[in-house]
Amino acid sequence: MQKQLLMGNEAIARGAVEAGVEVVTAYPGTPSSEIFSTLAKFAKQYNYQAEWSSNEKVALEVAAGAAYTGARCMVTMKQVGLNVAADPLMTLAYIGVKGGMVLAVADDPGPHSSQNEQDTRAFAKFAKLPVFDPSSPQEAKDMTKYAFGLSEELELPVFIRPTTRICHGCADVTLETIPDPDKRPKHTFEKDPKWAIMPKLSYEKHKWLSLQQEKMREIFNGLSFNRIESGNEIGIVASGLSYQYVKDALNALEIPATVLKIGTPYPLPDRPVKEFFNKVNKVLIIEEQDPVVEEQMIQLAFAQGFRISISGKLDGIVPREGEFNVDKVMKMIQRFLGTAEGEETSISLPPLPVRQPALCAGCPHRASFFAFKEAAKGLDAVFTGDIGCYTLGVTAPLQALDTCLCMGAGITMAAGLNKVEPKRSQVAFIGDSTFFHTGIPGLINCVYNKANITIVVLDNDTTAMTGYQPHPGLNVNAVGEQTIGISIPAIVKACGVEFLEIVDPNDFEKAKKVACAAMAYDGLAVVIMKAPCIKIKREKKMFSVKADLCTNCQICIKKLGCPSLFVSNGKVQVDETCTGCGLCTYVCPQNAIQEVVQDGI
Amino acid sequence: MEYNVMITGVGGQGSVLASRIVANAAMFAGYEVRTSDTIGMAQRGGSVISHVRFGDCIASPLIANGNVDILLGFELAEAVRGLKMLKPDGMAVVNEQVIVPPSVYAGISEYHEAEIKDFLEATVPHLHLFNAVQIARQAGHWKSTNIVLIGALSQIEDFPLNSDQLLESIIQTVPAKMKELNERAFRMGIRHMEELKNGHK
Repeated sequence: MQKQLLMGNEAIARGAVEAGVEVVTAYPGTPSSEIFSTLAKFAKQYNYQAEWSSNEKVALEVAAGAAYTGARCMVTMKQVGLNVAADPLMTLAYIGVKGGMVLAVADDPGPHSSQNEQDTRAFAKFAKLPVFDPSSPQEAKDMTKYAFGLSEELELPVFIRPTTRICHGCADVTLETIPDPDKRPKHTFEKDPKWAIMPKLSYEKHKWLSLQQEKMREIFNGLSFNRIESGNEIGIVASGLSYQYVKDALNALEIPATVLKIGTPYPLPDRPVKEFFNKVNKVLIIEEQDPVVEEQMIQLAFAQGFRISISGKLDGIVPREGEFNVDKVMKMIQRFLGTAEGEETSISLPPLPVRQPALCAGCPHRASFFAFKEAAKGLDAVFTGDIGCYTLGVTAPLQALDTCLCMGAGITMAAGLNKVEPKRSQVAFIGDSTFFHTGIPGLINCVYNKANITIVVLDNDTTAMTGYQPHPGLNVNAVGEQTIGISIPAIVKACGVEFLEIVDPNDFEKAKKVACAAMAYDGLAVVIMKAPCIKIKREKKMFSVKADLCTNCQICIKKLGCPSLFVSNGKVQVDETCTGCGLCTYVCPQNAIQEVVQDGI
Repeated sequence: MEYNVMITGVGGQGSVLASRIVANAAMFAGYEVRTSDTIGMAQRGGSVISHVRFGDCIASPLIANGNVDILLGFELAEAVRGLKMLKPDGMAVVNEQVIVPPSVYAGISEYHEAEIKDFLEATVPHLHLFNAVQIARQAGHWKSTNIVLIGALSQIEDFPLNSDQLLESIIQTVPAKMKELNERAFRMGIRHMEELKNGHK
């Protein structure tokens, strides 16, 4: 069988294609984005439909419609995206689906690139839907493929929940055949009262959903994703990726424990758990995030009369926060067994520089933030932020953002701040993709409820942070077809906004003037800062510092924090990562930064 | 057999590509492979770490403390940040390039270059510290620094993957129009190590 090095996200995509997926929808979000990016790349070749939807709720509803016909569908998003999709999800669980529907929702313990560490397994339990928790890219592929059939058997959406280290880790994965798209059955929507939820139907379907819980559990009892690896009377339970850490940790500690590997944390299979309880005399449960397996195991033990001690998060041996690794899991096992924890043998390092992520050299967001910071001098304005690359405006030295909560909250929170402090300036920053995602309802609310704030749309023609995906403002869709891009200015005008300016932030003096005018305006002002992401389109320009003019005041570096600027031999210099935005030329009091005349790069 | 490579650097230096190249070569060589990369927000100039594990039977995608056989450092301070993970007799191949983060100019932290370099030299007995970005520039572009370092890696004694396997992986992994540049960078990385060996004789 053919093997290929696949990232976990690619493996999930492959699993969907091997299952004959027909419709795929998504909204990008780290660490999930490459599942859909991979699927979009192969959509034409394997003849399925793929769309970046405008948000996760939309993605789920589009897929649900397709699944009602009998087509196999996949929806992908990150964990917080599921909150946006929660409304359709909770009722879709009552209505059910006809075609297999798999929700790939990536969790981010750590977190590495997220606002929180919420646990999608707990969400699945809340929605009463089954969830798979893969321990490797190979298993992620196998589970995804299996989940489509399971979804059809149960007539319910099924979750697969990879975590960051599964999503963004590569492994050798065994490939299987892809079914011929031409041999797919034709699907059609059959009219039936069961597709329209009404209170009476809802009650009936809720009873059905409750019965399905036991059916799921029975199916999961027979799956090898859940298994016991026999050893001595010490019992360790591990869900998802924690299984791999447990294997390495037990190996390093030379403890031949009995391991119960859980691949379906909800509903918890009861047969292997009972068998496990009979083999061991004490139990430690290791799972990242919430005690989803632990609480079900304790319930089961109590209800079935097993007298066995169960450790984990509830007695503080296993943390609820952060992500795990082999060293942390070794310590958990040692704490559980009451053996001495290994000495910290690691060397003490010399002081190292703090290296936080920053906006790229030449990023137009830097110019937009700087224009508003200059315009707001002496005003004590509040700058509300949103989710995207521009969230990095929080970091020093720009420190341009005072808040960040969730997608779309920049505009709405500025409106709330304005209600309490109407005399103070509030400026809300939002990216183009985020504007389409959840920014528009906030804009409408501002107009209707007379918010006196400034909204800045940072329009860089892409969804940059998650990997440069297209969005509804562009004339091209996920699979590279031409389409009708939606004009942000047209939406703003249609909402009745009277102050609207569009300016290129790289034209700094003009951008600053517009920023001043917007903040001075009495009423809702919208500024669209329009310049493409530097990773997509850049000027073929570079700048350098005239050493004889530079006084090493470092104002350029201290104000802008551009990664291309550095100090060497008592002078500021520009390195080869410069992309030629020229923003630094506006701040240098000596005019020492000048364009390099290049011969034909 | 189990072999652990850790790559540390600054987001944007190409560590994710380097990790894929080593992992792919290990798969060609018939090993089980697990990697873990930093993808997402930290890629915008933050500290990044890639774990590459290969061998007969590999479980966790993350290397345990003190189990790194080779540390591939793309930047001086970031190499030192990874030292906690290195085996006591582990090797390090390090680009001596210094990238001062904005936090230093903002007065939030400090970059003690000489102290960091001394610490690296004193702590790692098997250290290859050289200016890989300079060699990459000579090869045609600073962005091929990651490939220069992989070239150097291929010359490490007892490294289980040979230069043919790594080059084949590079050619399969990099975009078509970058093949020539990267092959040149790879060979220059190899040549640098050969010159170093000959010089020491």
